[in-house]
Amino acid sequence: MEAEKYQMDLGNLMASDPTHHFESVPSSREELTRACLEKGTELVQAIANAVFALPSTDDPDGPIVRLPPPTTTLPREKHLPKPKPPTKWELFAKMKGIKKRKKDKRVFDEQTGTWKRRHGYDRVNDDKDIPIIEAKLSDEPGEDPFSKRKAEKKQRVEKQEKNRLQNLKQAAKAGALPSHVQLAATALPITGTHGEAPKKASKEELQNVAGMAATATASGGKFDKKLPGEKPAKHAGKYRKFLPVVEGKGMSSQEKQQTAKILDQLMSKSSHGMLDVNKAVTMFNVKKEKQRRKEKEHETSSAAIKLKPKKKSLKKSSKKKH
Amino acid sequence: MLKLKTPKTHRAKREIEKRAPKFVENGKKTLILHGTKTSGVLNTVLTQIYHLKRDNAVKYTKKNENIRPFESGGETSLEFFSLKTDCSLFVFGSHSKKRPNNLVLGRMFDHHIYDLVEVGVENFRPIESFEYDKKLTPRIGSKPFFAFVGEGFESVEELKHLKEVLLDLFRGEVVENLNLAGIDRVFVCTALSSSTVFLTHCALRLKRSGTAIPRMELVEVGPSMDLVVRRHRLPNDSLKKEAMKTTSEQPKKKIKNVSSDVLQGKMGKIYIPDQKVGGITLSSDVKGLKRERREAKKRKVGIENEAKKRKTAAD
Repeated sequence: MEAEKYQMDLGNLMASDPTHHFESVPSSREELTRACLEKGTELVQAIANAVFALPSTDDPDGPIVRLPPPTTTLPREKHLPKPKPPTKWELFAKMKGIKKRKKDKRVFDEQTGTWKRRHGYDRVNDDKDIPIIEAKLSDEPGEDPFSKRKAEKKQRVEKQEKNRLQNLKQAAKAGALPSHVQLAATALPITGTHGEAPKKASKEELQNVAGMAATATASGGKFDKKLPGEKPAKHAGKYRKFLPVVEGKGMSSQEKQQTAKILDQLMSKSSHGMLDVNKAVTMFNVKKEKQRRKEKEHETSSAAIKLKPKKKSLKKSSKKKH
Repeated sequence: MLKLKTPKTHRAKREIEKRAPKFVENGKKTLILHGTKTSGVLNTVLTQIYHLKRDNAVKYTKKNENIRPFESGGETSLEFFSLKTDCSLFVFGSHSKKRPNNLVLGRMFDHHIYDLVEVGVENFRPIESFEYDKKLTPRIGSKPFFAFVGEGFESVEELKHLKEVLLDLFRGEVVENLNLAGIDRVFVCTALSSSTVFLTHCALRLKRSGTAIPRMELVEVGPSMDLVVRRHRLPNDSLKKEAMKTTSEQPKKKIKNVSSDVLQGKMGKIYIPDQKVGGITLSSDVKGLKRERREAKKRKVGIENEAKKRKTAAD
């Protein structure tokens, strides 16, 4: 009966009485408190009745009841965890239908005849265990096969690391980065743009810039004191080049070409003064055509004037005839 | 360019993982802080709220100049503190001529302000002013009861909101199992008018009633105060929708060594380590030995032991 009267949320151990109304709020503080506690006791008793009625299990610390989930919905603290996007390999494996299968941690090593780990220290088929590499025909002389193998391995590791970073970037875009991983920019992008972060200036670039700045003195940096380790500025300008005047092989023809080119340009610019045969012919043709058309028009117009009255007369005559 | 940043120690990693978004969340932490000016009353209010929530709260004591939760731009440092301390509830106290004894109760979602209720504190009675049997003092972190009395909590928008915030602030962690012996506190909230709520904290005394259900008795332990609602801000709809999201299907934890079979039902796998029979040292009087050998062995062991004792004595 009480449960019906009150609204209860057992998951939060809460009860509320929405029907209660103070006829007149008691004037003194003590009376008010007493009235509130009275009402509160009723409500608490109602919750207790419901809670103690739940099936309980005994425990050395006391009886334990299973509470129903709370009915008052309160907001979450953080958003729901988002699903991780598949990595590039996972996508590929799905496309090809490659399935994961369990592999034993220990593998029998035929070289040594013992059981060894599949990965890690003292693993099976370890490159490090091979003391002699047989030379092949394709080998380049003077190359150390051991260091080559080491470098290749290093490259493979680097590639894997790059792929991992790429996958993590994709996950970060979907907002599903593992909580302990943080992708941090090594250089901050300019605020307001979302493009690539600017690259850090390399040592060489810095040296070049320093060299250029040094030439900004009156002497062109000639008498500047050099810092320890500073290299002389590189010549950034262009030297003038003169081509050989004497006819010979290669270069001489280049000189000819250069002058020819200049001459062509000059000629094309001042060509308006000279006679262009093609242009002249077309101009002549066009003029002739125009003249002919003019004459023709004149003829047809005079003929039309002559024809008209004739026609009329004909018609009239025909009418008269009928 | 991007760089991977991962915690250097496992402890740091665990600490960060605790803060990650989860399907089943941990209890909300509360940040308690104040503005440039607070009154004596408000200082005690803040300390006592901290006292009530001691297990899951952070209290800041420095003055905060640029926190004005209701104004735009006044929430930046509050959100930063929330991120830093991983708190999603906050109680902000300030005191001014216009709004004396002002308390802003608010909630955060993803470290951004979700909603706010501003109340004024009146008729405050601190914990120390109550006299009661100290055995009844509620223990830290116990699950409280709530009693909301009055029609105002249903009809008035502000009080409805305040009810929700108070419930979120004091309810503690959501639990599945409740120890009935650990019930010891209740918050009684009464709507006196359309803007005033009387809030008091009581201890529970369970008395025998002759039945399985004990009779409840409320003993006021404080603090108690009147909260007068001033301003309030409800969450916007899109944020609310996002924050109220739940999933029915939670990823199940993998249970090792237990499988179910159609015919045999639930099956478990047990691993028993090898009994190292070969390596066990047998006692000297094993029945399997012949008497002479047995006695010879006993004597030998005895002599050895004596020799050892002597040696230690000599040292």
